[in-house]
Amino acid sequence: MASLLEVRGMGKRFLGVAALENVDFDLVKGEVHTLMGENGAGKSTLIKCLTGVYQPESGTTQLSGHEIHPRSPDEAVRLGISTVYQEVNLVPNLSVMENLLLGREPRGPFGIQWRKLQKRAEAAMMRLGVEIDVRVRLGNLSIAHQQMVAIARALDVSAQVLVLDEPTSSLDADEVAALFAIIRKLKSEGIGIIFVSHFLEQVFEISDRVTVLRNGQKVGTWSISELTRLELVSQMIGRDATELDRAATLEVVENSGDPILQAKGISKRGSVSDISLELRAGETLGLAGLLGSGRTEVTRLLYGIDSIDSGSLQIDGSQPSRYRPMTAIQKGIGYLSEDRKGEGIFPELSVRENIVILEQVKCGWLRRMSPSRQKELADDFIVRLKIQPPDSERAIQFLSGGNQQKALLARWLAVEPRLLLLDEPTRGIDVGAKFEIMSLVESMRQSGSSFVFISSELAEVVRSCTKVIVMRDRHSIGTLEGDAITESNIVQEIAGS
Amino acid sequence: MKRLPNWCWPAIVLAAVLIFNLVLTPGFFHLEIRDGRIYGSLIDILNRAAPVGLLSLGMTLVIATGGVDLSVGAIMAIAGAVAAGLIARPSETPFAGGAPSLGLAAPLALVAALFCGVFNGVLVAILEFQPIVATLLLMVAGRGAAQLLANGQIVTFNAPGFAMLARGATLGLPNPVWLLLIALLVFNLGTRATALGLFVEATGSNPTAAKVVGIDARKVKLVAYALSGLCAGLAGLVITADIQAADANNSGLYLELDAILAVAVGGTALSGGRFSLVGSLVGALLMQALTTTILTRGVTPETTLMLKAAVVVLVCLLQEPKFRESFKRRVRA
Repeated sequence: MASLLEVRGMGKRFLGVAALENVDFDLVKGEVHTLMGENGAGKSTLIKCLTGVYQPESGTTQLSGHEIHPRSPDEAVRLGISTVYQEVNLVPNLSVMENLLLGREPRGPFGIQWRKLQKRAEAAMMRLGVEIDVRVRLGNLSIAHQQMVAIARALDVSAQVLVLDEPTSSLDADEVAALFAIIRKLKSEGIGIIFVSHFLEQVFEISDRVTVLRNGQKVGTWSISELTRLELVSQMIGRDATELDRAATLEVVENSGDPILQAKGISKRGSVSDISLELRAGETLGLAGLLGSGRTEVTRLLYGIDSIDSGSLQIDGSQPSRYRPMTAIQKGIGYLSEDRKGEGIFPELSVRENIVILEQVKCGWLRRMSPSRQKELADDFIVRLKIQPPDSERAIQFLSGGNQQKALLARWLAVEPRLLLLDEPTRGIDVGAKFEIMSLVESMRQSGSSFVFISSELAEVVRSCTKVIVMRDRHSIGTLEGDAITESNIVQEIAGS
Repeated sequence: MKRLPNWCWPAIVLAAVLIFNLVLTPGFFHLEIRDGRIYGSLIDILNRAAPVGLLSLGMTLVIATGGVDLSVGAIMAIAGAVAAGLIARPSETPFAGGAPSLGLAAPLALVAALFCGVFNGVLVAILEFQPIVATLLLMVAGRGAAQLLANGQIVTFNAPGFAMLARGATLGLPNPVWLLLIALLVFNLGTRATALGLFVEATGSNPTAAKVVGIDARKVKLVAYALSGLCAGLAGLVITADIQAADANNSGLYLELDAILAVAVGGTALSGGRFSLVGSLVGALLMQALTTTILTRGVTPETTLMLKAAVVVLVCLLQEPKFRESFKRRVRA
């Protein structure tokens, strides 16, 4: 069967670093072809090259046998390649019908022909089998319905190729089923669909073929029926599941004493469901799973940034009435977000202020820490964590990512938490800083602190955790302890085999 | 290299304006003492800058949290109407029995102003209105309230004791200047000797991160707007005492814009974060120095506004490191 879309040898570099290298990809009519890969694998770069957001530096793209070079998303749409992004890119304050036909409204001598507009909008939604009043404000619809409007809009311009970039990441099970019904309908109409998702179940349910990318290169393309989950996960992570073994066994601290934190079946709608875990002094609990498996969401619940809908969360055996970050801090629980820029640093403030702020919040606004005490605390950590440059008065925004991360870690270490939730603490920082942070964590664990640790690097999880909860599709699916913590066991759990 | 504080640029421009006058405006630096009070253009600048200076202190905190307070002009009118009403027409107030002492009029006016500030704070911090919208409400409705308080008239009174607040002098300096200096001292101590300043800066710099470290952004914002209201009340009292009348229509009109300009010129980013109270005060002084310079040189007052705008642009450009870099490069080339 002739390809609808055919990419040969596509390459794209950013600042000299290859984000995509010599990638081949093809899509036939009426097919769902899934792109998979971990963070930075090149999925979104490939999609952006296809849809005209980026211009590839090498390679060719053919659509129905004609070579195309889309220079803008607009041009790609006109050629027949439409995209629906994870975040809905529509105007919430306009009605559904206006959104559907924004920029291509039917016009007559007296401006927009509203009746015609409404008819066409209704027809577009009917094509998807979705019944909604097209006159309501888009913002009043659920995210799932907004997504369907986005799909309808993408299809309105006789699209041949539809790119769905993580469309299911904020939908619940019923909404996913409705979306998949639409995808199947479009398949039957002969539209080729490129699907990006991190949810294994969904990938196996809806895909015909799957292409795995890793570090900007194509690992391979398989028909979904000839691939097991375990094989797929191994391809994504880049390790053969049978060859992985634990590097070293951790010396387990005698964990006498009661659990610091105990979660029983905690859930949050649209986030994670039924998570249970327990942490005692001297434990490092790893949360392992692919991107989007719900690891971050769990830590946010444990720290009180998001509130739980059901289940119980106990700290030192009692359930706090209103659990917020301030409560967690007072109970000795800390949280280092994976989003350093968004939830971590105060960019204009100095390294000193960024470090001391938590201690200061604990003291309250009336008891200000003396300048000498602030400087002492900051300088102490600058030396201990080797923060570069060693200038406590520099605005933190001028430090490199790794040094910012060290300063944020220092912020928490300064208040000596009993339990620290570390979400990807080593992402995007250099090897030296990674090693320093991880050895610090280990030595603190041995002296009785406990940690929850999230990392996309399995080797790191295996090296530093005393217990690992494996997550898939926002559920916990297994717990590994002691010698059972090996990369191969984790990969097998993730794959569910 | 030691980093210069943000307010050094407006200070340099202020110094330039003064030097310009030293050379070209005869008698500008002339000071003389009459009746134990210093007179001269320099004192005049300080005295006249006091109301906007007071406003800019509260405005600085509000802007540092990432907000803005458009209602300060209207709050000035409310405070003035309350004070004038209590002094001039005690029979129409709850104090009908006997006229309240002058010592009570000023505090009650400040309480009214504080209440206005808290109202703004509740809208912004608790009900999460956009700051511009929230304070625009009181900017418009506040003038109406002030007119109601004054029965739609300009309330005049004759209270020499109260007038001393604006017209009197202590140790040679006019009282409004003292008021401004004391307010600056109190605000600086209140924000820098406690951790309030740090929490305000953290909230404005990254609200999400502030939440993660347990800062209650709602409380911080509430306090900032309340203090801004209080400052506006003080400024309103000064103006009312000066003209011995409360003019609900014109008292403090457009001064919120001058205060915002003073803050911007003083090196506090309108997007929130780092703030400098001293900078805002220097900004207010710079604005007034320009006005006085233009007036003493006999240029038409209409030009004042345009010249002010030009200076604001200049100072804002000077504060931007990128601009200084490219300027240096061009000078060298």
